[in-house]
Amino acid sequence: MNQSGAILVLGGGVAGVQAALDLADLGYYVYLVEKKASIGGVMAQLDKTFPTNDCSL
Amino acid sequence: MEGEAGRFLARVHQEPRYIDEDRCTSCGTCTMYCPRPLPDLYNERLDVTRAPHIDYPQAIPASYYIDPKVCLRLNFETCNLCAQTCIAKAIDFSQKPKDLALEVGAVILAPGFGRVPVSVLEKFGYGRFPDVVTSMEFERLTCASGPTEGHLVRLSDGKAPRKIAFLQCVGSRDETCGKGYCSSVCCMYAVKEASVAKEHEPDLDISLFFMDVRTQGKGFDAARRRAEEKYGLKVIRARVPRVEQVDGRLAVGWTTEDGRSRSELFDMVVLSHGLDAPEDAREIGETAGIELNRYDFCRTSPGAPLASSRAGVFIAGAFQGPKDVPESVTQASGAAAMASEFLAESRGFKSVTITYPEEDKALQKEEARIGVFVCHCGVNIAGVVDVKAVKEYAGTLPGVALYENTLYSCSQDALKNIAQRIKDHRLNRVVIAACSPRTHEPLFQETLRSIGVNPALVEMANIRDQCSWVHAQEPREATRKAKDLVRMAVAKAALLEPLDQPTVEVTPRALVIGGGAAGMTAALSVADQGFECVLVERSDQLGGNLRRLVWTTDGGRAGDILTDLVGRVNSHAKIRVMLDSTVEAVSGYVGNFTSRVSRAGRTELVNHGVTVLATGGMEYRPTSDCYGGSDRVLTQLELEARLAGGQVALRNVGTVVMIQCVGSRGEDMSHCSRLCCTQAVKNALKIKELRPETRIFVFYRDMRTSGFAEDLYREARKKGVVFLRYEPGRRPEVIQQKRGLKVRAFDRLLGEDIEIPAGLVVLSVGVAPGDNQALAKIFKTPLTADGFFLEAHAKLKPLETAVDGVSVCGLAHGPKSLEETIAQAKGAAAKASIPLARGRVPVAPIVSRVDQSICIGCGICETLCPFRAIQLVKADKRKKAQTITASCKGCGICASHCPTLAIRMGGFTDEAIMAQIHAFAAGGGPEDRDPSHND
Repeated sequence: MNQSGAILVLGGGVAGVQAALDLADLGYYVYLVEKKASIGGVMAQLDKTFPTNDCSL
Repeated sequence: MEGEAGRFLARVHQEPRYIDEDRCTSCGTCTMYCPRPLPDLYNERLDVTRAPHIDYPQAIPASYYIDPKVCLRLNFETCNLCAQTCIAKAIDFSQKPKDLALEVGAVILAPGFGRVPVSVLEKFGYGRFPDVVTSMEFERLTCASGPTEGHLVRLSDGKAPRKIAFLQCVGSRDETCGKGYCSSVCCMYAVKEASVAKEHEPDLDISLFFMDVRTQGKGFDAARRRAEEKYGLKVIRARVPRVEQVDGRLAVGWTTEDGRSRSELFDMVVLSHGLDAPEDAREIGETAGIELNRYDFCRTSPGAPLASSRAGVFIAGAFQGPKDVPESVTQASGAAAMASEFLAESRGFKSVTITYPEEDKALQKEEARIGVFVCHCGVNIAGVVDVKAVKEYAGTLPGVALYENTLYSCSQDALKNIAQRIKDHRLNRVVIAACSPRTHEPLFQETLRSIGVNPALVEMANIRDQCSWVHAQEPREATRKAKDLVRMAVAKAALLEPLDQPTVEVTPRALVIGGGAAGMTAALSVADQGFECVLVERSDQLGGNLRRLVWTTDGGRAGDILTDLVGRVNSHAKIRVMLDSTVEAVSGYVGNFTSRVSRAGRTELVNHGVTVLATGGMEYRPTSDCYGGSDRVLTQLELEARLAGGQVALRNVGTVVMIQCVGSRGEDMSHCSRLCCTQAVKNALKIKELRPETRIFVFYRDMRTSGFAEDLYREARKKGVVFLRYEPGRRPEVIQQKRGLKVRAFDRLLGEDIEIPAGLVVLSVGVAPGDNQALAKIFKTPLTADGFFLEAHAKLKPLETAVDGVSVCGLAHGPKSLEETIAQAKGAAAKASIPLARGRVPVAPIVSRVDQSICIGCGICETLCPFRAIQLVKADKRKKAQTITASCKGCGICASHCPTLAIRMGGFTDEAIMAQIHAFAAGGGPEDRDPSHND
């Protein structure tokens, strides 16, 4: 195998986390690289989200 | 990043936490003792935290960290209080930064967006007037876990505001700060924030100042109208130039369309700021070796929206262009598909299989030893319910061997604690009194599984959504109700039985229905990822609506995209195309579908594991505006076809009049078709290119050229295209006379009716749903009120339908541009490929089970089951019911109607439900029955 089956996802916000989950489910090893100390990005700061008014977490 | 696509070497620099993640229990003692304050960035600097802290309690990973910027020990080698007070001995100042070299085959860039510079906000008094806040600050203010515990207060005097103004387009659609694009999300998020504020404080007076109201997302217009009606939100069409402070309040001035100046005083002004490129966009661009666009977002093209300019580097989310959560999540799945296509040969490399410890079956069979964990959920529950009293009460219930409080049961450290308690006390049933099972039940089930306890042995009592949240004004009653709920949960938990977790094999093939841009893109992605695909197309050729498109928004030729897709589909070894074919019936369940495909009177059965619905939409056929009566009244697609012939199309056409929203937004169809404004602007620019002296008038309701399409709108205005707004009550009229066509309309700026003789009238018609009813019935996938396929969850599952294994993309899901269609189709392909990649799918354990010795074969269950998951089969000489566990959704309709009670539901047996009801009726204790106990 000339290529790696690992993928680096830059950014642990909602897009990065979703991409990482899908890639892991598809059978690839993922390095999720995030500059802050926790994942979640801006979405973790939101109060309620449309349309269900669920908390963003 | 070094190396090449397929074999990159990524060098990653990792800063230390100075706290050992495995030891930290998130107790918060270090934060309390640290003498060094730090602005709390999570709370938008509205609060102060300390050097050792956690961003928010539910952060993942659940470990604190020390901010090196202000820590005394790290900067001056003094202090050490946190390390001394940490009970878990988790503080470790010896940690060093790490430099990692990671070998990866592909990279996905999802760095998000950046903040609008403060200099832009300062124009509106931000920084000078404390009551001018940003929308992010507003989110934190209304949030229960925020700096004011969810109380909306003015930052100047702590009083509640009575009147709030939202200013839109701050730092967007603004060339003076170099941000000419539209940030796409602010119109809708402002409506949401205003609605949330009104839920907190029904008496608030809220005005929103819009240029155009860009709520074109799926369901957004309807939600905005509902909010305007329900909450009395005032929508004012004006752009506010500045904010002044007058006597402790804020003066907002504006000019209305009729030329009058108005001014009002507000208590608070919220700046709906836009989404910038990430602050480090240029560095990311350089490091990753990709091109950025003029606004420092990643440069992509409409035909390949998730591909950067470098092979092996893909993009998702706001870095591709400002967008909201559902679109970001969609693109993320799409980028995953792109990477999966790219590295298909290496799938499975370094993959990890999770193994679970053996279940202790003997312990499960013993008498119930129940552990009850009553969650604070921060202040969400504890702010209303007396959680300590509920915990104490739980201790008095039969079968309860352990009772505790947790602050946030869902956080990592709490889960570790729960797992440890279960092991230490040999618990075999668990009750979590917290939020709705829909939020975190899988998390608790996974925790049990990880320590060898059957995941069906946890019961949740919803003392949040159904208690503290809805009875927030009655804390005593809410506490009493919480006790009732816990008593009922304990009664049920005692009777819970372990359930099997079966898996079924997946047929390694996808069925894609629809051969347009979406269908072809999805089929190619699935096939490139290494799986077989059958593409069913109703007509006699591939292409769908893409065949009619001439130019894309970047001026490129849509035909190139079409040719490329059709060519690759037809020559792909793993795609079988069936033209002139329709799907007539489907049976089975995820992993094992069988579809009956008919073509020219003959039928064929196709077995497949997953399905992608990409059946597209139709151009709305107008019945108004003299369409059909004159060859000078066209739709935008018809115009495009004519313009493709060159300048000759505009011979003898002095003036072109375009009318937006024909048939949409409450005319024949209630939804906004999203793409028509950009399409009109694109075609207007084409006309100007072919024959610059042509006069063009565009009548619109809102120009919804969001994202980077805003640049096209501005260019059109600069080239002299005249845009005139109309209200739905006073719509432009197309009048046919002997001499030709004219359009009569009310000009809002002049305040009078005008008549424009038109050489061409172009109707911007929208997207009508395709005939989705038939397929919706066949697949049992619901449709929205507008007739498009409904996704499983607007944010968490925008690509999947309610039926497992069936995903949806393209116009079938809703009106969108070609670029959005392609991104979504990639995402749907990713979702479809997951079961194919795994080879097996788990079947939910909450299924029905028939005791055939009691079953009398009446067939009521089979008739009523909405999922065709229970059927009569031959058993000896009789007929008995039998469950198809993989299709069963656990709804319970069969069990509740069975006349002989022969059906049991996993997790919800009759005995368990009756025990809950009896427990409820038994009541809590003497104080509950005392009528004189007043609150």
